[in-house]
Amino acid sequence: MAWLSRTRLLAVARKEVLQLRRDRRSLILAFVMPLVLLVLYSYAISWDVRHIATAVVDQDRSAKSRELLDAFRGSGYFLLDRHLDRVADAEPLVDAGRVQLVLVIPPDFSRRLGSGRPAEVQALVDGSDANTATIVVGYTQAVVQDFSARVLLRGATARLPLAADTRVWFNEELVSRNMIVPGLVAVIMMIIAAMLTSLTIAREWERGTMEQLAATPVSRLEVVLGKLLPYLGIGLVDVVVISVAGVLLFHVPFRGSPALFLVLSTAYLVGVLGLGLFISAVTRSQLLATQLGMIFTFLPSFLLSGFMFAISAMPPPLRLVTYLVPARYFLVVTRGIFLKGVGVEVLFVQGLLMIAFAALGLALAVRVFRKELA
Amino acid sequence: MSAAAGPAAPAVVADRLAKRFGAFTAVDDVSFAVAPREVFGFLGPNGAGKTTTIKMLAGLLLPSSGGGSVAGFDIATGTESIKRSIGYMSQLFSLYGDLTVEENLQFFSGLYGVPRARRAGRRDWVLEMAGLTEHRRRLTRDLPLGWKQRLALGSAVLHEPPILFLDEPTSGVDPISRRAFWELIHALAGQGTTVFVSTHYMEEAENCHRLALMNRGRLIALDAPAALRAGMREPILEVRAADSPRVAEALRDAPGVLEAGMFGRAVHVMVEDAAVARRAVLERLAARGLRVDGIAEVEPSLEDVFVAKVRAAGGAVAE
Repeated sequence: MAWLSRTRLLAVARKEVLQLRRDRRSLILAFVMPLVLLVLYSYAISWDVRHIATAVVDQDRSAKSRELLDAFRGSGYFLLDRHLDRVADAEPLVDAGRVQLVLVIPPDFSRRLGSGRPAEVQALVDGSDANTATIVVGYTQAVVQDFSARVLLRGATARLPLAADTRVWFNEELVSRNMIVPGLVAVIMMIIAAMLTSLTIAREWERGTMEQLAATPVSRLEVVLGKLLPYLGIGLVDVVVISVAGVLLFHVPFRGSPALFLVLSTAYLVGVLGLGLFISAVTRSQLLATQLGMIFTFLPSFLLSGFMFAISAMPPPLRLVTYLVPARYFLVVTRGIFLKGVGVEVLFVQGLLMIAFAALGLALAVRVFRKELA
Repeated sequence: MSAAAGPAAPAVVADRLAKRFGAFTAVDDVSFAVAPREVFGFLGPNGAGKTTTIKMLAGLLLPSSGGGSVAGFDIATGTESIKRSIGYMSQLFSLYGDLTVEENLQFFSGLYGVPRARRAGRRDWVLEMAGLTEHRRRLTRDLPLGWKQRLALGSAVLHEPPILFLDEPTSGVDPISRRAFWELIHALAGQGTTVFVSTHYMEEAENCHRLALMNRGRLIALDAPAALRAGMREPILEVRAADSPRVAEALRDAPGVLEAGMFGRAVHVMVEDAAVARRAVLERLAARGLRVDGIAEVEPSLEDVFVAKVRAAGGAVAE
């Protein structure tokens, strides 16, 4: 008894294609969403901070203090459009999120500078967004340090309230985009692939077609693979489209082998599609499958893949969890191939892990998928 | 066909078949055998266990106890072989609404492994049989229910299975479509197919060679429709009156009356003795001020037989 018949497998695949062609929602999800997400996130996600809303409490009101504020304006990163009389006035503004930074220049600022003693400037930063706060502090330090150096050259000294930092936040735009676009290929494909397949088995249960399917000699493996094949094709088209768009629109380099990239993309996609089918087979409900699909792909691929946060900086238990996120492996592949042009000698570990994940995903989907009716 | 299913071997056997879902017993100790080429009817109200029995026979559900065979294959161990030998049409329409008539047929041809060379021929035969040749390119979801059911039947016989399971194939379908559907069933049986069909329409049951009456999971009678009627001992009085529902209500506890219920626009009254009960019935209706247009002893219908059998089995009709 053949448990994998080519005829039945192709019959299932062909049926999926026919259904997909008439399903506008899935078509949009398959062919429009990846590009929309790429463009959206490429612009939205940036580790560069600009237009920092700054409130100034200048208690000195001297030529020196104005010089310092001009230095802030001149950097191009700060918007100094609020001038307050008292520090207390700044609090409600920070609370409301209207101001990210409050610069307090004490009354004795220019007197101390003039007499060669260290002058202090206070910077109050809204720390509710830790990432942005770190960057704001970095920029502030850089501006103050620059100002301090100029004052020193003129024979005065100003001991600065914050330690000097030579971190290159400036002009970082190009680098961050190059990191983001290849990462987005992994993140977007995880979301799209799992979303596409998470609907397919659940739909058969909801519409009652599963009963007719169950009454035929088709095997579980044939159904799972037959449903997977068309989406694998779509997924590979998407990967190519996103990558080409990344190179053409965002001028991200592609230095590695396209063939190796496609092979590893296939391994990645099979795993993620298998995950979607698994979710679909477990839930038997399109709504639930979509929600679970989002939960299991969107957040992990963003947060636990190394896309947003470095895995090496995570606490050990969380680091263990990242091994279950296939985007983690593919992210190394995309960044490696796009930016470094590395080959199979570097990426074979990721490749093997993705193949293992694909095998696991498929095995689980086939195992959980019951043709028997309860 | 398997070697075990010779010409004399039954096409379908149920042997003390039972299915329990938790504390609820859906099918309780059911045994019967269906001969090849027979049109075997499964009659009973919703919830009688018809669908569960069919699903066990079709390899979609495993029995809790008991066993059986279909086309010579064991229903517990040979489900995959059974699925190759049968056509199955479920109670709810379950073809793909977003595929056209033709695409549905092509899909099921592939699943049933109809040889490539024969596919076009089988497809055309089914389209012709179901009267859907002109509508082959229409989306299935846009078809009227009666047509959908014919297409579902066609999809189930693409691979020319020796045995066909039809679970309430005509429920919700208008009477004319129902008649057309039964003509198809008889045509298939005439070509040698064993047809196992369930229904809750009594008049449809007359079309079957033999009938199994099911109630609350139990088989309460099994015979040819004529034999079932002939075997009924209790006489039936048919009362025609203007206000049938109130007449039926008034007669339920009249002396000598066993059962009273609506039958079309008349009332069928099952009694112990026709002559004695006739007087009691007329007295009761006169006392209640209900006008009677006519009263006569009639041949029992299958519905009467069913009611009597349920009564004899000591249980009310399941709802």
